[in-house]
Amino acid sequence: MKVVIIKYNAGNTKSVENALLRLGVQPIITDDKEIIQQADKVIFPGVGHAAPTMQYLKERNLDSVIKNLKQPVLGICLGQQLMCAHSEEGNVEGLGIFPVQVKKFKSNNQFEKIPQIGWNSIRNLKSTIFQNIIEESFVYFVHSYYCELSDYTIATTDYILPFSSALHKANFYAVQFHPEKSATIGQEIMHNFLNLC
Amino acid sequence: MLTKRIIPCLDIKDGETVKGVNFVDLRSAGDPVELAKRYVEQGADELVFLDITATVEARKTLVELVGKIATAINIPFTVGGGISTIADVDALLNAGADKVSINSSAVKNPELINQLSKQFGAQCIVVAIDTKLYDDWKVYVKGGREATSIYTKHWAKEVEERGAGEILLTSMNNDGTKSGFALDITNWCATQLQIPVIASGGAGNKQHFLDVFNKANADAALAASVFHFGEIPIPDLKHYLKENGISVRI
Repeated sequence: MKVVIIKYNAGNTKSVENALLRLGVQPIITDDKEIIQQADKVIFPGVGHAAPTMQYLKERNLDSVIKNLKQPVLGICLGQQLMCAHSEEGNVEGLGIFPVQVKKFKSNNQFEKIPQIGWNSIRNLKSTIFQNIIEESFVYFVHSYYCELSDYTIATTDYILPFSSALHKANFYAVQFHPEKSATIGQEIMHNFLNLC
Repeated sequence: MLTKRIIPCLDIKDGETVKGVNFVDLRSAGDPVELAKRYVEQGADELVFLDITATVEARKTLVELVGKIATAINIPFTVGGGISTIADVDALLNAGADKVSINSSAVKNPELINQLSKQFGAQCIVVAIDTKLYDDWKVYVKGGREATSIYTKHWAKEVEERGAGEILLTSMNNDGTKSGFALDITNWCATQLQIPVIASGGAGNKQHFLDVFNKANADAALAASVFHFGEIPIPDLKHYLKENGISVRI
């Protein structure tokens, strides 16, 4: 199986690569259009700022490459947010795969910290990528922006308000949390993604 | 619900853990990778590795070690100790660290926080503050060996404004005493800052952890010896916290 991690300026590819290696898969890390298009699975990771990252993708024509992929694609963290229609972070248009708005958390009191950093639970799990994952399992989050709930929500997490901790539409999957840093639960979710047809 | 984090801290010297660690069935108690894996199995939420050597050779050893840790464990970890340049941070993050912690270098050159936050993102920049109480809480540097005239509350606000993603607050009055965390200054930081606060220094029993979450509103609690010597097994601690109404990952 050929698994590609899309290489771009948002970093964090190392952690995803390590997680795949632990699952026995040697990924290819590339921004080469053809290699991405020919892969069996594509992972679109991300840590960083939405606006410069979108600009980086557009300059390399990777935006249209990603949204036209037909094989299973998994967006992680900023990757998820960039797969949506619009992000408040830098007021930027995303890839538009999910007709979903990305908004910034607004704290109501001194106990609601931004960014959300740490382990939170996922519920209302509705996808094969959550096969064998029980409701309210804990996964690791680091983020200040969130994807709103929508018809494409396949996992919900509560922080300040309920938001989409995972989205799914056709061959596109996206998670706000970091499966590569979410212990055995995260490993299982990545394993399920790799087993998608 | 977001859970409170339990974070074991490992001191590293020349690529090995210092301070004895008595996991009886561990073949090499000095191997940070083996220890890290053990803590992951026990349910630690994150790990912190603090390099207490700061020579150039040791730095290379540290980067190699970070690479090994990153391939071996599947939870987030922070690396700190002697980090003073963008190149240091770049090397550690590239090797697979999720966050870096800076301390003395940030006090000496506060602009470093802005630079690191801008370049790598606030989420991976932890500012460690060592503090000691006199007339008020003041900042200490160089591993707690050198006093400054900086008030901790001022400094904590400043590092937040400069773009720190988290604060790791160690009370030197409490560190090593096993008499509990410094609740007042921890609570001040946890309620006055927007960013998460990791409390450190003074953990001696399970009640201390409950207090630092309940009374001081810490987002996470860090400890070393009580975990290393098996005095408080992490699964026991987490069950105790859960029974007492604290949200934890079990």
